[in-house]
Amino acid sequence: MTLDTVKSALIDANQVQPYRELGLRDDEYARIKSILGRRPTSSELAMYSVMWSEHCSYKSSKVHLRQFGEKQPKTDALLVGIGENAGVVDVGEGYAVTFKIESHNHPSFVEPYQGAATGVGGIVRDILTMGARPIAIMDPLRFGPADASDTKRVLPGVVAGIGGYGNCLGLPNIGGEVVFDETYSGNPLINALCVGVMRHEDIKLAKASGVGNLVVLFGAKTGGDGIGGVSVLASESFDSAKPSKRPSVQVGDPFAEKVLIECCLEIFAEDLVIGIQDLGGAGLSCATSELASAGTGGMHVVLDRVPLRDPSLAPEEILMSESQERMCAIVEPEKISRFLELCTRWDVTATVIGEVNDSARLTIEWENEIIVDVPPRTVAHEGPVYERPFAEPAGQKRLQANLPNSIARPRSPEELRMTLLDLISCPNLADKSWVTNQYDKYVQGNTVLAQPEDSGIVRIDEKTGLGVAISTDVNARWCLLDPYEGTRLALAEAYRNVATTGARPLAVTNCLNFGSPEDPAVMWQFERAVTGLADACLELGLPVTGGNVSFYNQTGDVAILPTPVVGVLGVIDDVAKRTAMAISTEGDELYLLGETREDFAGSEWAHIHGHLGGMPPRADLDHERRLANLLIEASTSQILSAAHDLSDGGLAIAVAEMSLRKRVGARITIDGDPFVALFSETPGRVVVVVSQWHRNEFLALAASHRIVTHHLGVTGGSALVVADNFEIQLSELADAHQGTFPRLFAGTR
Amino acid sequence: MIIGVVTFPGSLDDRDAARAVRMAGGEAVLLWHNDHSLKNIDAVVLPGGFSYGDYLRCGAIARFAPIMQEVAARAQGGMPLLGICNGFQVLCESHLLPGVLTRNSDLHFLCRDQELIIENNSTQWTSEYSIGQHITLPLKNGEGSYQCDDETLRLLESEGRILARYVGENPNGSRNSIAGITNERGNIVGLMPHPEHAIEELTGPTTDGLGFFTSVLKSLIAL
Repeated sequence: MTLDTVKSALIDANQVQPYRELGLRDDEYARIKSILGRRPTSSELAMYSVMWSEHCSYKSSKVHLRQFGEKQPKTDALLVGIGENAGVVDVGEGYAVTFKIESHNHPSFVEPYQGAATGVGGIVRDILTMGARPIAIMDPLRFGPADASDTKRVLPGVVAGIGGYGNCLGLPNIGGEVVFDETYSGNPLINALCVGVMRHEDIKLAKASGVGNLVVLFGAKTGGDGIGGVSVLASESFDSAKPSKRPSVQVGDPFAEKVLIECCLEIFAEDLVIGIQDLGGAGLSCATSELASAGTGGMHVVLDRVPLRDPSLAPEEILMSESQERMCAIVEPEKISRFLELCTRWDVTATVIGEVNDSARLTIEWENEIIVDVPPRTVAHEGPVYERPFAEPAGQKRLQANLPNSIARPRSPEELRMTLLDLISCPNLADKSWVTNQYDKYVQGNTVLAQPEDSGIVRIDEKTGLGVAISTDVNARWCLLDPYEGTRLALAEAYRNVATTGARPLAVTNCLNFGSPEDPAVMWQFERAVTGLADACLELGLPVTGGNVSFYNQTGDVAILPTPVVGVLGVIDDVAKRTAMAISTEGDELYLLGETREDFAGSEWAHIHGHLGGMPPRADLDHERRLANLLIEASTSQILSAAHDLSDGGLAIAVAEMSLRKRVGARITIDGDPFVALFSETPGRVVVVVSQWHRNEFLALAASHRIVTHHLGVTGGSALVVADNFEIQLSELADAHQGTFPRLFAGTR
Repeated sequence: MIIGVVTFPGSLDDRDAARAVRMAGGEAVLLWHNDHSLKNIDAVVLPGGFSYGDYLRCGAIARFAPIMQEVAARAQGGMPLLGICNGFQVLCESHLLPGVLTRNSDLHFLCRDQELIIENNSTQWTSEYSIGQHITLPLKNGEGSYQCDDETLRLLESEGRILARYVGENPNGSRNSIAGITNERGNIVGLMPHPEHAIEELTGPTTDGLGFFTSVLKSLIAL
């Protein structure tokens, strides 16, 4: 067994190295050599290869993502911006909230349960790392067709994995999405959002400052999981007797993470760390290089000290291991004994593995030999940046010209009635309880709204009732038709959802799921989407606090629908004043806010008829802002009985959902073409329920915000009645709505 | 009156149970699994969660926690003891209550609002309810199916020790739709649904759960 050290790299300068197998290009490898003035050691090569990967370096997306910073609106709310593990916003009363969304798409396709579980684990550690107590999670999920056999493999496993991990951490799952589309076959999107809360003074950053301070690795022991591609190094350079291929999927241990959370929170409470970083993608390589480059600048690590679950691991593998439930902290020497004491109290393994210095180098030793000696910034922050070519896809104009006019429209009352039943039972609009009933929404005792409400709301202060609201949204079909407009619409919807529940939108996160960046058409979608989101955020005055990019979601030449999932966080001063979606009393008035136009391109109605083409509607952000202000004011002054955003399926689906929640019906009258009135997906619309006593006050308020109102009808009865058209008993609607998921997934696990 | 809530590694609903105690008018104290003494505690709640990850068998490791020796001894001496969800599992593993809780019959974790019927209001934890009263509490567990042998079931039924049953469709395959049971003396109670998550309109489906905590506080004052 030979160890590749810095010394041997100098002696054996021309050794052939498997950099291509590790995903590095010729010019990237040459750049590493020029940075180091010699060939890298195998450990250095492993570090650079993984830190310069698309996943860690954002090399294809960076040039576009800059817009989020450049177009950032003036805001006092942002306490920590893009670049840290998660952005932090001020929500008042001395509280700060941090939230972020990440993808775990590829691992979840390979191993649905563990992929989804570790996706939750990773995002929760990102939030914890900021110094916050995680308080809720959400999961936007996308799968291939609901009736496809592979969906029956992937979806139940993913849902069980999210539940299995999140439930065991004691985090309420308060919302998300479950969407099906052909293009997600083989490329399911498993996005996970976490939100956490802390006091302003408790914010922690990932930096290793202060010469002589100690580097502590704590949490789970390091094993061979998630090493994947790096095993080419191990199997080529080392002992051939040991397992030659390491698994590429990580395995989660939620119990280890739960005690790690509690342990960290006690450590934070006693102010025992200078900086902290979780170990996620690229494990120790990432944590040590990022901590070092953000702090005093130098660090020395004794790799032999890392506690191992598998003693046969080579140093390259220890550096790359993505074993879950690990953290790395920078601790002053005088605080180390208390730090270790708290770890012992929680039975958390903690080991001092190194020290901060001012050498401007990250040095790592193994068996008394130096195996890594690099400038940490070149690993963590100065990776390659690509200006990938992008160009509008050849068929884009044709796609936009292909209007959904060829589909036969329902005309007769009976056809309209059937259309409602078809839509409310289709997998994308059907009741998702089969999924969400596997998630604990009650734990922590602060969940005020959860799925299927327009946004999830959790209380963060019991005394004042201060709370936060979150919604994630995107209609990816709209993004295919026009990625710029589609992404603006995604923001508009998430923004509207937060306001519908009575919370004031404050900040934005995103998870940008796309195909291969090497395809100029995909890169065009990406550039348009990022520009659309940055422009729209500026117009609405919302900062983007962070996000995540997932590329290469494609099978062969077929990319997924461009899927920029947008998450909006809002704040509500008193959660008792939130607006829920349920019609709960008889005799209240129903109003539709906003104008209805004929918008069927990319609609759910077109989708169930197998059509995707045309131009999406335009997002009117000035209207959205006025609508939001109206909804927030009406909620604060408690004049709304209920409110619900109109999105997929249009007005008919929205009213049906409001009626089904507490089984109180409604009688509505519609104007103009009934098909358009009932099923068009024009954005910027909300249905509100107002009692007769508050009606005049509400109408005056709407007028003052210049929001058009249409009186729809009154609540009551056991049916949804569309005057002069049709009626459906709520029991029949409920059977249609609730039967789909059990029918598709019963018996799976 | 001081009610202790035990925190095991992996407990989740410990702070929530403490909040319920306070809302019912009692004083709540968090007890650490590794401590030995209960000091001046008047009653104990074993909260929900996944103690030790529930990796071996739910509650199987928690029963050996140092604090459990004292909890068991005091409960056998008459101290009120409530096990909720994982706490119920710990009580069964500790043999303070008979039977076991196994995987839900459909093998999925289930979180939903569950209607129950109260069948015994003579325990220290249920005196504020009336017999036959219907209440709704959150149910949330993966292993909530109550199982025991026929003889135990006959005893539980004949002695009126079934405290609450699920109403309507049996959510998890529990024998005789059992949601909670008590010991003969009525001081040790195990319940699968979560009363501590039904104490305020804002965050729970109902406030039906508060009665468990007001019941025990009243019974302690009466002593």
